Amino acid sequence: MFVLQQTIGQRSFERESRGYYGEFHPCQTIDTGFESRRVAYLFNTADQQQQMLEVIGERSIEDLFADIPETLRLKRPLDVPAGLTELELESLTRSLAKRNVAVGDRACFLGGGAYDHFIPAAVDEIASRGEYYTAYTPYQAEASQGSLQTFFEFQTLICQLTDLNVSNASMYEGGSSVCEAAFMAIRSTRRHDRIVVVGSINPQYLQVLRTNLEHLNCTVDIVPTPDGYADPDEVAHHVDSRTACVIYQHPNFFGCLEEPEALVEAAHAQGALAIAAFDPISLGVLKSPGTCGVDIAVAEGQSLGIPLQYGGPYLGLLACREEHVRKMPGRLIGQTVDRNGKTCYVLNLQAREQHIRRGKATSNICTNQGLMALRATVYLSLLGPQGLKEVAELSCQKAHYLANRLAQVDGLELPFQRAFFKEFTLCCQDGASAFQERCREKGFDVGPNLEFSLPDDSRTGLPADQTLLLAVTEQRTRNELDRLVDAAAKQ
Amino acid sequence: MRNNSATKLLFELSQPDRRAAVFPPCDVPERSLADLIPGDQLRERPPELPEVTEPDVIRHFVNLSTLNMSVDTHFYPLGSCTMKYNPKRHERLSNLHGIVDIHPHQDPRDIQGMLQLLYEMQEMLGEIAGLPAVSLQPAAGAHGELTALLTAAAYFRDRGENRTKVLFPASAHGTNPASAAIAGFDCIQLKGNDDGLVDLDELKSHLDDQTAVFMITNPNTLGLFEPNIAQISQMLHDVGGLVYIDGANMNAILGITRPGDFGGDMMHYNVHKTFTGPHGAGGPGAGPIAVRDFLADYLPGPIVSRTEQPDGSVQYSLTQPSKSIGRVRSFFGNVGILIRGYLYLRTLGPDGLKAVSEQAVLNANYLMTKLQDVLPVPHGKRCMHEFVSSAASVQQRRGISAMDIAKRLLDYGFHAPTVYFPLDVPEAIMIEPTETEARRTLDEFSDAIHAIVEESADLLHDAPHTTPVSRPNDVQAARQPILRWQPTPTATPVGSGT
Repeated sequence: MFVLQQTIGQRSFERESRGYYGEFHPCQTIDTGFESRRVAYLFNTADQQQQMLEVIGERSIEDLFADIPETLRLKRPLDVPAGLTELELESLTRSLAKRNVAVGDRACFLGGGAYDHFIPAAVDEIASRGEYYTAYTPYQAEASQGSLQTFFEFQTLICQLTDLNVSNASMYEGGSSVCEAAFMAIRSTRRHDRIVVVGSINPQYLQVLRTNLEHLNCTVDIVPTPDGYADPDEVAHHVDSRTACVIYQHPNFFGCLEEPEALVEAAHAQGALAIAAFDPISLGVLKSPGTCGVDIAVAEGQSLGIPLQYGGPYLGLLACREEHVRKMPGRLIGQTVDRNGKTCYVLNLQAREQHIRRGKATSNICTNQGLMALRATVYLSLLGPQGLKEVAELSCQKAHYLANRLAQVDGLELPFQRAFFKEFTLCCQDGASAFQERCREKGFDVGPNLEFSLPDDSRTGLPADQTLLLAVTEQRTRNELDRLVDAAAKQ
Repeated sequence: MRNNSATKLLFELSQPDRRAAVFPPCDVPERSLADLIPGDQLRERPPELPEVTEPDVIRHFVNLSTLNMSVDTHFYPLGSCTMKYNPKRHERLSNLHGIVDIHPHQDPRDIQGMLQLLYEMQEMLGEIAGLPAVSLQPAAGAHGELTALLTAAAYFRDRGENRTKVLFPASAHGTNPASAAIAGFDCIQLKGNDDGLVDLDELKSHLDDQTAVFMITNPNTLGLFEPNIAQISQMLHDVGGLVYIDGANMNAILGITRPGDFGGDMMHYNVHKTFTGPHGAGGPGAGPIAVRDFLADYLPGPIVSRTEQPDGSVQYSLTQPSKSIGRVRSFFGNVGILIRGYLYLRTLGPDGLKAVSEQAVLNANYLMTKLQDVLPVPHGKRCMHEFVSSAASVQQRRGISAMDIAKRLLDYGFHAPTVYFPLDVPEAIMIEPTETEARRTLDEFSDAIHAIVEESADLLHDAPHTTPVSRPNDVQAARQPILRWQPTPTATPVGSGT
């Protein structure tokens, strides 16, 4: 054993430390005795521990645990694998990584709520700064202005994107944000009995709503969308004076555009709130939720510079009209001044939150997705209005090129005669799974397959086992699109 | 070195026609956007985002970062939050191409490495909890609480029992009652006894066939292990109720005792705390839950299952429990954080995990002893991984509050502890040093506290004095909320470097 490194940051290590950071154990067997075991990240030597115990007035560390009754103690070591050095850990992780086919190893046309958009290097660079990612919730404003100002900028960017007045500082992800918006609407309208959900919403969002609402005897009334989008008159028919809100997604799960203004009108006609789930990238070209009159807009913000990482951590966006601000869940950052009149930023309107209001809080959320909000803030800063428009237009153009070409292939069909943005629905005569398999063999991932994502085909009227989605981002090249079309054609 | 002009807002840096990101020209035959999307659906002009260059962006956010305290830069003894060191190997490994670039709709056959990792995480969390069935779905601790309560509600419903009450001690985290309320339960808060522990008579008086769940943090938020926890659990089980363990304080008991062994039926982990997530300036976290066998069928899915094939090979797949409450979020979970937790568990192993708790408890008791003369601890002679001091006597003697001390600590180069929580300790200062601090740091912190309590009260009321800003006017912030920048006089123009 030799010491490679003796300092981390500004604090130097005690030389005797058994913390093995920087120590190198290329091939050592594992001992279990206290003195010889390899323990990471502990920085007091045995001597120091003894001295500390003397100060405390105890003889052993064991004595400090006297309050834990003997009968409740675990009398054996935990049955988890033995500890690893950094070198061993790296080799283990690389071997696990090799057993995955990552996005990029195949061209990714997967959608259904998470998308392979490009992430500029500057996003990773900023998000990997320890000053951000090793801090916590900015309770001490004086020592957290970096995070607080960033979140204030995040809130502003989301307001600019949505044309709504208020955004919070992030939620967990898209599905739970939809659910929080529904709770907000229920509180705001004091209508606890029912909500109306347009059937073209992401089925996972719908499942989250059902998990949280149905056991409270709140009816989740689903409006079928056999044409791939909602008929606003049909939606209006479902809304009554007991309905808290109408929730729709636009562009919807099938990729189709809804008629947002008419859906908002259907909600407002009965005093219900209109909740829209949006795709933040689509707002480079599509009219914003605020312009369409929605009361609460929510989104999965993963597309804004957040890696796919098998489903999370992502970023829940939630913005609303000003009149609902005190019903909002989650952190809100406000601008104020310090004692010297200098502009600064603080956690604001905390009386809504669980640490103050406890059982009467607007939500139970505490830890949110701060680092992901930072990524989105950097991403949107880098893109600006023109960059966002380009990403949106490129995705849209390429998606239409691919859709048109696939529609000409025998046995494939675009079932919905409806405008779409970057994602579309495809029916495959010989089955969606067979189609996926053909693409997979040629180096393309397509989906999700509705057989697994939306097995209940009553909402579309399409056979689920023949239907799948394809999403196209700005990252896909014409060459990839053309090769996918070739792969799609049955041999 | 701090750049004092760094506090301009992005929007004030904006100048027309500047940009950082440029994309390749469209390589497919372009059609007019109006041909693709109905005209009334198109926005008239792009959103009013700032227009800045890449160097603007980098300098802005790098300079802003220097206005933060963080674990990488400062001792951060924020009680209840377990601000331990965040190993850098986790960042490198969780960002490997074959780990980070996985789409949630990929075919399970193509991500066997990822599923194996998540399966092993389920197994390890079940073992550490002593509760075998695990769901990795919840995104944070509070989300785990809600998920477990929904799971319990489904279990009771399935048994035809109508149980409406969730009980918790007064010292509980605010998330406990908030989660119970959202899950549709009536919240009943119990007074603690004089020792800061659960009052068994008080508990007993609320137990009946309406009792669904008792939520308890153990060690509790005062940093004390509930010595009667087995009896408490038995009392709940006798009336058919369940015991929920808030796992925020797991850092004290890893490998020493297990929630399942002291009577807990369900628990959540805070992977960002105990297993060094990291905290990300407020998240993301991960709040997986572990429950007893008889609750497994109700857990949210998907869960990773392992099957051995006839040829001896192993396959991992996603399954949905038979009576599942459904989903509590989209996709699998906060996988990026779960991976960091996995790497941490694999680094430490059984001995390392136990040593973590031993050293965390040693550090906390050492610091508690060093501070006892000026910041006495009202409850308990010893503590577990954290302790709650009271500044009440200092306040009486010197007229300085817990908040004054917290703010002044920032000048000394320490992040403040948690203050004014738990609610039942006057002038509470909740200190959690964690195991990743050396004795030297604890001594320096103790010296700082001893110096501070002798400083002039006026100096302390105005503290901090050396931070980028002084105490903010919270009242003004709440009275006239400014929650976004606007290009009108509504927002106060931000002076540069003043």
